[in-house]
Amino acid sequence: MSPTETASTAQPDIRAGRLDAAQYRSHFCDVHPPLTLAQARIEADRCYYCFDAPCQTACPTGIDIPSFIQRIADNNIRGSAHAILSANPLGGMCARVCPTEVLCEEACVRNTNEDKPVEIGQLQRHATDAYFDDPGAPLFTRAPSTGRTVAVVGAGPAGLACAHGLARLGHDVVVFDANAKPGGLNEYGLATYKTVDNFAQREVEWLLSIGGIDIRNKTALGRDVTLEQLTQDYDAVFLGLGLAGVNAIGIPEPDAVGVRNAVDFIAELRQAKDYAQVPVGRRVVVIGGGMTAVDAAVQSRKLGADEVTIVYRRGDDAMSASLHERDWARTNGVLVRHWAAPREILAREGHVTGVRFARTQQAGGKLVETGEHFTLPADMVLKAIGQSLVAQPLGAMVELQGGRIVTDAQGATSHPKVWAGGDCRVGGRDLTVEAVEHGKVAALAIHAALSA
Amino acid sequence: MADLSTEFLGIKSPNPFWLASAPPTDKEYNVVRAFEAGWGGVVWKTLGEDPHIVNVYGPRYGALLGNDRRVIGFNNIELISDRPLQTNLDEIGRVKRAWPDRAMVVSIMVPCEEASWRRILPMVEDTGCDGIELNFGCPHGMSERGMGSSVGQVPQYIEMVARWCKTYSKLPVIVKLTPNITDIRYPARAAKAGGADAVSLINTINSVMGVNLETMTMTPSVGKQGSHGGYCGTAVRPIALNMVAEIARDPQTAGLPISGIGGVHTWHDAAEFIALGAGTVQVCTAAMVYGFRIVQDMCDGLSNFMDQQGYTRVSQMVGKAVPSITGWSNLNMNHIEKAVINQDSCIQCGRCHVVCEDTSHQAISATRDGKRHFEIMEEECVGCNLCVSVCPVPETITMRTLAAGEIDKRSGKKVDGNYANWTTHPNNPMRVAA
Repeated sequence: MSPTETASTAQPDIRAGRLDAAQYRSHFCDVHPPLTLAQARIEADRCYYCFDAPCQTACPTGIDIPSFIQRIADNNIRGSAHAILSANPLGGMCARVCPTEVLCEEACVRNTNEDKPVEIGQLQRHATDAYFDDPGAPLFTRAPSTGRTVAVVGAGPAGLACAHGLARLGHDVVVFDANAKPGGLNEYGLATYKTVDNFAQREVEWLLSIGGIDIRNKTALGRDVTLEQLTQDYDAVFLGLGLAGVNAIGIPEPDAVGVRNAVDFIAELRQAKDYAQVPVGRRVVVIGGGMTAVDAAVQSRKLGADEVTIVYRRGDDAMSASLHERDWARTNGVLVRHWAAPREILAREGHVTGVRFARTQQAGGKLVETGEHFTLPADMVLKAIGQSLVAQPLGAMVELQGGRIVTDAQGATSHPKVWAGGDCRVGGRDLTVEAVEHGKVAALAIHAALSA
Repeated sequence: MADLSTEFLGIKSPNPFWLASAPPTDKEYNVVRAFEAGWGGVVWKTLGEDPHIVNVYGPRYGALLGNDRRVIGFNNIELISDRPLQTNLDEIGRVKRAWPDRAMVVSIMVPCEEASWRRILPMVEDTGCDGIELNFGCPHGMSERGMGSSVGQVPQYIEMVARWCKTYSKLPVIVKLTPNITDIRYPARAAKAGGADAVSLINTINSVMGVNLETMTMTPSVGKQGSHGGYCGTAVRPIALNMVAEIARDPQTAGLPISGIGGVHTWHDAAEFIALGAGTVQVCTAAMVYGFRIVQDMCDGLSNFMDQQGYTRVSQMVGKAVPSITGWSNLNMNHIEKAVINQDSCIQCGRCHVVCEDTSHQAISATRDGKRHFEIMEEECVGCNLCVSVCPVPETITMRTLAAGEIDKRSGKKVDGNYANWTTHPNNPMRVAA
């Protein structure tokens, strides 16, 4: 913004079609192009095949990483995919979205000498992509039917992993999901360039190909089905609800065009058939410090916004977006400002014009305002300060703590027929791969309970 | 700067790197390019009798590749020169006259009949070449016709043909040996007995490179069938080094000049052959993988090494490591080593632990105070060197020699500083009194 420009003089500017077709294509292509076969074979050779491999320990789903990499090296793609998908049925998406730099790749022993881990995420993508391109005979088959049916609520990573695990064990599964398409955050919540070519749906199709899983879309808990009814109609229930609520920013929000939830903006982009149809402000302010804030900010830039600023109320280290994500935002021309909390959303004639922020600081272990203020002009304001569990449909049937569902390590809730996993569960780290593990473990626990 | 020039059987060359008799030395064009690149000499691709042989016009070469496509091993089914004898002789003469400072040795393979050798030897000598090499080595194709390795596998034939060559030619005679035998000393002794001036080894090893599992056809194949070929390249070097050393330390052949061949890809490889008794080395695969300019890196490396070590001439290194090789029964049973892991450079891959645990002596622990930590347990370590061999970080696991008088924690006994070998060991039923 030019120094003389102020919120009161700026003309609101939100529109679609800021770029030409070639720009949209290049901005929204695969952010990390897949390895070629030659690159994958060479990279696979770098794996030391460690004893009790630290990378495997660091993987929330415990994928046998040395084995899947060895199998790439010795040209056994099917075996490699089996090693991955048997531990993580959503291993294809996790290969794309896992923060590997703080999981498997951080643990790689190659870091010690070279500061350059084996590219485990990219190798996992290579193996799963190659397998999905030519799957051949089913990798997994179902155990003989148990005659039991389990309800899974939520077709996101946790629910799908649980459904797949149960189907493998011979149970029938009915999955209820509020959205029009299955996939949860994989379908609606990720930046487009992280998962191109409709991969989320292709992965779901593969998951369902095992059989025995019936997905009912546009069926919301509390509206179309009740938890009480599910516990009566089914042998067990798994809740993979995710966090459907968006946290309020805690100040009055005028009813003005241009103020949006970042998750809605991200979902609209994911579902857009033509990115040129998605409107974006010329100046965008994103409030928040997590992955959602980064995904929204970077995609605003990629849609052609001139100025995009992430404003976070604490320092850089406290941001829940990983260092890799923060760097990615900066690489894409996003300005990240720290130590500022929103005080007022400014609007004129029904359109947002800016946000007034209070400067903050840490004092005596508390975040306090300094008394200074500044205003950022904006045509669009995206709120990304976190999501929350919509707990109302659960009633008093399961115990909650801090707004999330209390479970044991296997996902059992306070209700004997109900298990839960993923972001809706207490103690989660909001990671796709962790949601998958929750679903996988819960499937085994449900199986054990039904077999008892 | 070190002097790389060598004199082998009186044949001078500016460096010890000769191109072996093989596809790279097939004709004038190639050999001139090789000399321009700096090769010290060549052994011209093997000449035979007219009518010249013919080669297959399908795949002649196959490779054993790493995942990065680096050539580890190589094989071929190409036969000897498939051009008229006179064409080769004319070109050899021309090249030698144009490059008088380079070694020009001519490889020959004709039937095991005195008349054949008597006929070709003067023709070769007339080219002005420096020496001849008798190809008793090729294991493919020609061996089916009673030549190549089928001669090299019969010491009496080696001796007989070597004698004919010494009788009908004034040129130095090098006998090229096949490794496809059980004891390399016998053919070497036969060559010496026949009057040969030197041996060169190894020729290639019989091999099948692999099988195409889709078609269930060996590879490479000419249409639906292939044939075993001669194996060479980096992978064969340890076999070649042993055979060179066997000849160098055999009392009956010790001192017989050797031209070392087999997987020389770098100056370091060449220096190893020289240290085990080779006066020159011959190279083929490295040139076929990288082209001729690789010789410049070989010369540069050898020269720098010699400068660093204080050698001024290649001949000063010849055979220097031969005394370090002996029979197992001469090894010092009182010499005891233990592995040591440098914790500062250990990257904690744990491979040392798992291989010791699974396949060796359970002498490396995997945890300390509940944490990942790899350490040698000297009470179990037999000093086998497996952990050193598999550790991916250089100098991280090393072997420490126990000093005389130190307690060996495995046996609980003091290390005896005296030399004692198997021949006097109490467990040896055939022991001799110490």
